[in-house]
Amino acid sequence: MTPLLEVRGIDKSFGPVQVLHDVAFSAYAGEVTALVGDNGAGKSTLVKCIGGIYPIDGGDIVFDGKPVIVHGPRDAGELGIEIVYQDLALCDNLDIVQNMFLGRERRSGLVLDEDSMEELAAQTLDGLSVRTVKSIRQQVSSLSGGQRQTVAIAKAVLWNSKVVILDEPTAALGVAQTAQVLELVRRLADTGLAVVLISHNMNDVFAVSDRIAALYLGRMAAQVKTADVTHAQVVELITSGRSGDLGIAQ
Amino acid sequence: MNKVKELPGEAIVTATQSPSIANSVHAYIERVRGGDMGALPAVLGLVVLCAVFAIARPAFMTSINVANLFTQGAAVTVIAMGLVFVLLLGEIDLSAGFASGVCAAVLAVTLTNMGLPWYVCVVAAILTGVVIGTVLGTLVAKVGIPSFVVTLAAFLAFQGLVLVLVREGTNISIRDDVVNAVANKNLPVWLGWALYAACVAIYAGLQLFRARKRSARGLVADPLSLIAARVGALAVVAGLLVYVLNLERSRNPALSSLMGVPIVVPVILVLLVIWTFVLRRTAFGRHIYAVGGNTEAARRAGIGVDRIRIAAFVICSSMAAVGGIIAASRASSVDPNTGGSSVLLYAVGAAVIGGTSLFGGKGRVLDAVLGGAVVAVIENGMGLMGYGASVKYLVTGFVLLLAAGVDALARKRAAAAGLR
Repeated sequence: MTPLLEVRGIDKSFGPVQVLHDVAFSAYAGEVTALVGDNGAGKSTLVKCIGGIYPIDGGDIVFDGKPVIVHGPRDAGELGIEIVYQDLALCDNLDIVQNMFLGRERRSGLVLDEDSMEELAAQTLDGLSVRTVKSIRQQVSSLSGGQRQTVAIAKAVLWNSKVVILDEPTAALGVAQTAQVLELVRRLADTGLAVVLISHNMNDVFAVSDRIAALYLGRMAAQVKTADVTHAQVVELITSGRSGDLGIAQ
Repeated sequence: MNKVKELPGEAIVTATQSPSIANSVHAYIERVRGGDMGALPAVLGLVVLCAVFAIARPAFMTSINVANLFTQGAAVTVIAMGLVFVLLLGEIDLSAGFASGVCAAVLAVTLTNMGLPWYVCVVAAILTGVVIGTVLGTLVAKVGIPSFVVTLAAFLAFQGLVLVLVREGTNISIRDDVVNAVANKNLPVWLGWALYAACVAIYAGLQLFRARKRSARGLVADPLSLIAARVGALAVVAGLLVYVLNLERSRNPALSSLMGVPIVVPVILVLLVIWTFVLRRTAFGRHIYAVGGNTEAARRAGIGVDRIRIAAFVICSSMAAVGGIIAASRASSVDPNTGGSSVLLYAVGAAVIGGTSLFGGKGRVLDAVLGGAVVAVIENGMGLMGYGASVKYLVTGFVLLLAAGVDALARKRAAAAGLR
C-alpha cells in the first residue's frame, strides 16, 4: 500500500535551532495516523511545513505518488490538504453554513447563493453523520466545544479534501464531547480520507488510530501500526525516543 | 483497528423543528433570552416614548410634527447608517459628524460660490466623502493607528477644514431648488400612496418568492402565517404613517397647501434597502461580519482584511457626505457648525440604541433607522414639553448609556448561554 501523503528527509531550522532532523512521515488513505510526541518534539512544525505555512529547508513532499512543492496554504488547499487548527478559527457571530463557506462563498451573480450553500453544508454534515446540531442556521456562538470542533472539521471536509490534519482536536473537550469528536475522526477515515491526528492523549490515540508516528526531539522515532504496540511502548517512544528494538538507534 | 460504537439518533436535516408561527415566536423568545435582543429595545423604547409624548403633548402626534420628526432625524440617521459599517468591524469613526460638515461645505462652495449645476456638486460632495474614508481607512488598516486616534485627529482637523471652506465662519446659503427640496419638500399625495403600495407589494413578493424557492429545494422555509404577519405589520405601520403624513398640515390650506410624505423618507428607504442588500446578500457584507466577529479567522479564510476595513471607512464617510447634503438642504445653508456639536454623538447613539454592538460583529442598517427615530423622538418630544437643551442632552446621554449597557449585558448573557 502506498501512502497518499509522504514526506521524506524534512529538515527545518528557525535560525540556529534545528527543529526537524531528516523527518519521514506517511499518511494513508482510509486510515487515521496519530502523530504523537512530547511538547517541543516538532509536531506542529511538521504539520505547518506540510500545510505550507513554513517553507522547508530540505526534503521532499510526495502527494499521491508525485513529488509536489507547497509554497503556501493555498497550494496545500489545492492539493486537498486541510488543517484544522487548535483554535478552530470560527466566527462566533456567523451561523454554521456561513462559517463553513467563509471566504469561499457560492454566488449567483452578485448575490450569495444561500440555498445551495445550505444544501451542501447539510449534505456534508449528513455525510459525517453529525446529528447533534439543532439547525445549521444556528450561530456558532450557541454551540458547545464539541459541536464547534465538528463544524471546523466539516469545514475542512467540504472542499473535496484528501488529507485532513487535526491539531489536538480533543484538548479542550469533556468526556462525552471527546467521544463524539473521535467518532467523527474515525468516520472521516472510513470515508476514504487520510486523517492525521495530533494528540497528547494516549487513550484517544489508541481509540481511533491505525498507525502511530512518534516524534522525539525533532526526529521520527518510529512509525508503527497501532495494533503492534502497547500503551507503554508508545509512552517510551515519546519520552526517550526508543522502546526495545523500536525507535532511534543509539 | 478499533471501531467507535455508533450512537443512535436521527439524521440532521436543516432543522428538526417544524416551521410554524408558534415555533418562530418561541425561537425568537429563546434568542432574546439568550442575549440576542436585536432591535427589541429600540422598538419598545420608541413605542413607550411616543406614547408618553402623545399623552403629555397632544401636539406630538399631529401631522406637522410627525413630518418634522422625519426631516429632523434624517441627517443623523443617514450618518448612523454609515457608522454601522465601521462599528461592525469593532472600529469607531469620531470624525463622521465633521466629515459631513466638510462635504456639506464642498457642496455649498461648488453650488453657491462656483455656480455649478446641482448634480455636479452632489457628486463632488460624495467624492469628498470617499476620499476622506479612503484616507482614514488606509491609516487604520495599513499604518495600524487605532481608529479612535485617527478619527479623533480627523475630528479636530475637519473642524478647521470646514472653517477654511466657508472662509472663517461665513454662512453660505443654498438657493438651488433641487438640493433644498430634499429636506423641505414633500411627495404628492398620490405618489406617497403609490410608493407605499409598491413597497408592501415588493416586500410581500420577495418573502413569498424566497419561501417558495426554499421549500422547492426541500429547505426549511418561513411558514405562510409568519410571512403574512410580517407583511401585515409593515402594511399597518407604514400605512398609518403615510396616512398621517398625507393629512393637510398647513395652518391656512386656502393660502398654501402642505401635505405629503417628505422627500427624505424615500431617500432613507432607498439607502436602507441598498445597504441592507450589501450586508446580507453579498460576499462583501458577509466578510464585514466575519472580520468584525473574528479577524484572525477571516484572514485565514483568505479574506482581504485590510481591504474590508478601508471599504467600511469609505462607506461610512460617503454616507456622512449624504447626511451632510441633507443637513445643508434642511437649513438651506452651510455654516461652520454644520455636522458639528451633537451630530456625531447622536449618530453613534442612534446606531447603538438601534442594537448595533460597539464590540463589532453585530448590527444592521435598520438599527440606525430605528435608533435614529428614537433620538429624533427624544429631541422633538422634549422640545415640545418645553425642556431646554440641558435636559435633552442629559436624557439622550442617559439613553445612549442605557443602550450601550444593554449591549454589554447582552454580550455577557450570550457568553453565558454559549457555555451551556
